[in-house]
Amino acid sequence: MSGSAPAGPPVPGVPMRGVEAAERRLGWKLVAPALAVILLIALFPLGWTAWESLHLHDLRMPWRGRPFVGLGNYAQIAGDARFWFALLHTTFFTIASIALELVLGLFLALAMNRAFRGRGLVRAAVLVPWAIPTVVSALLWRFLFDAQAGIANAVLVSVGVLDHPLVWFVHAWSAWIPVILADVWKTTPFVALLLLAGLQNIDASLYEAAAVDGADAWWQLRRITLPLLKPALLVVLIFRTLDAFRVFDLIYVLTGGGPGTSTEPLALYTFTALLQNLEFGYGSALSIVVFAITFGLALFYLKVLNVDLTGDVR
Amino acid sequence: MTRGLTRWAAIVLLAVLVAAIAFPFYWAVVASLTPEATLFQRPSLWPTTLVLDHYRALFAERRFWIPIRNSIVVASATTLFCVVVGSFAAYAIARLRFRGKRAILGFILAVTMFPQISIVSPLYMLLRALGLIDTYPGLILPYLTFAMPLTVWLLVGFFRQLPADLEEAALVDGASRWQSFTRVMLPLAVPGLATTGILTFIYCWNEFLFALSFTLGPERQTVPVAIALFRGQYQVPWGQILAAAIVATAPVAALVLAFQRRIVQGLTAGAVKG
Repeated sequence: MSGSAPAGPPVPGVPMRGVEAAERRLGWKLVAPALAVILLIALFPLGWTAWESLHLHDLRMPWRGRPFVGLGNYAQIAGDARFWFALLHTTFFTIASIALELVLGLFLALAMNRAFRGRGLVRAAVLVPWAIPTVVSALLWRFLFDAQAGIANAVLVSVGVLDHPLVWFVHAWSAWIPVILADVWKTTPFVALLLLAGLQNIDASLYEAAAVDGADAWWQLRRITLPLLKPALLVVLIFRTLDAFRVFDLIYVLTGGGPGTSTEPLALYTFTALLQNLEFGYGSALSIVVFAITFGLALFYLKVLNVDLTGDVR
Repeated sequence: MTRGLTRWAAIVLLAVLVAAIAFPFYWAVVASLTPEATLFQRPSLWPTTLVLDHYRALFAERRFWIPIRNSIVVASATTLFCVVVGSFAAYAIARLRFRGKRAILGFILAVTMFPQISIVSPLYMLLRALGLIDTYPGLILPYLTFAMPLTVWLLVGFFRQLPADLEEAALVDGASRWQSFTRVMLPLAVPGLATTGILTFIYCWNEFLFALSFTLGPERQTVPVAIALFRGQYQVPWGQILAAAIVATAPVAALVLAFQRRIVQGLTAGAVKG
């Protein structure tokens, strides 16, 4: 590997500029292999996707060749109802799951911060759902909501909420419930751990001073904890939004996008266009749209984050 | 008074949440040990007969060791490559002064947030042109797209935490930058390298979209793909699916339980201070 070649040792007596130049050269040499890998296998394919998206390319019909169609695929997307519904589903999933995760994650983090005994045990317990394959968590929740063997039906019927077992995955509204619950179950621990790290950075003397002044727990939460936790909350929000927006595994396994396409997110529609229908031109255009939306969200958040970190707001 | 009260409220809340988190696992373990005949009757929280039938069928009939082998090969190779190459880059970014390193780190962070789906089509055509569809390299190469930036990002966090004076002492003693890296910093960074390796391995072990897109059949499918595509002849083979889910979870859960403190450090260091 080119990066492993040692730079010449700094010769004694060489002026500082030489040492700095050597350090700079070594820096670039060490960074080069990793950077080359990333450029070659992540950035170059992205450019290729963009180029491909300007063509009509159907792998099932090789005789049609690969004619250049300009922005034709994008025009088709603009009029594609299935795309707009997929965008709607993705947005709904993102907002619903993140809202629940932030609230529950905050509770979990506050509780973990407060309870000293057994914190290690709790931390280990909550890490496991985060670490397991998403496919596995999707299957666990599919089983919990299975029409015959699922415990969700058994409990809801015996409590009297349902009068007969519900087939959860045949209605759009009910299919969303296990999807959102599975995501909340899997990612709330991650949210809680990031928020806990933020909580632990807050100076305890602030609370002591507030307690001396007679402030109750609710006042402390609103006036001390939440404002000081804002940077951590924003970081969580960025990571989770970008993650939820590219949701694929969970829905592929839980509902397959169904019933029909009523829970289909953007990534799943794109995957279907590419690898099921083999419409590489159109699928690539969808890929670029997903990328552009993600990129736009990230830029938007980074701006928000910047404003907050420099403390300009308020 | 109120502090004691909130302490108790916290403990109760925590217990409820942990129970909610643990329940699906408990339920899956119970179901994976329940005989097929009683699986579809009214579920019971406290099972009376437990059998290993589903696990036996999983390995004897479904040959589940094949996806396990595939996952281990692909995840280990990717992790090893990324930790070695990533440690060079991370050391340089964390420790050396050169122009452009901030931009490089920003770029690497941006790539970790890439939607995987946006590069599936060119990777597919590339791998097809190279004859690498349904091979190990055909999975390892795509895995580098998320594993490489992830490793560099995590390792930069670890290298930054190392004390500067040891390295400075080595430099004063006449060691070159390269020598101080290999002789002083790398040994100090071993815990960080191990944690990064564990996290990268977990990400590779869990990956689904690329493995689904770039494999064709059971010979090269990884564990998540194999489980997701389980089919039964008459009905959903829940017993075997859940047994497979437990088998897929066990190594990850073991890693997490053994290294939880370090993993949390690695996850939060980059995010909270970055």
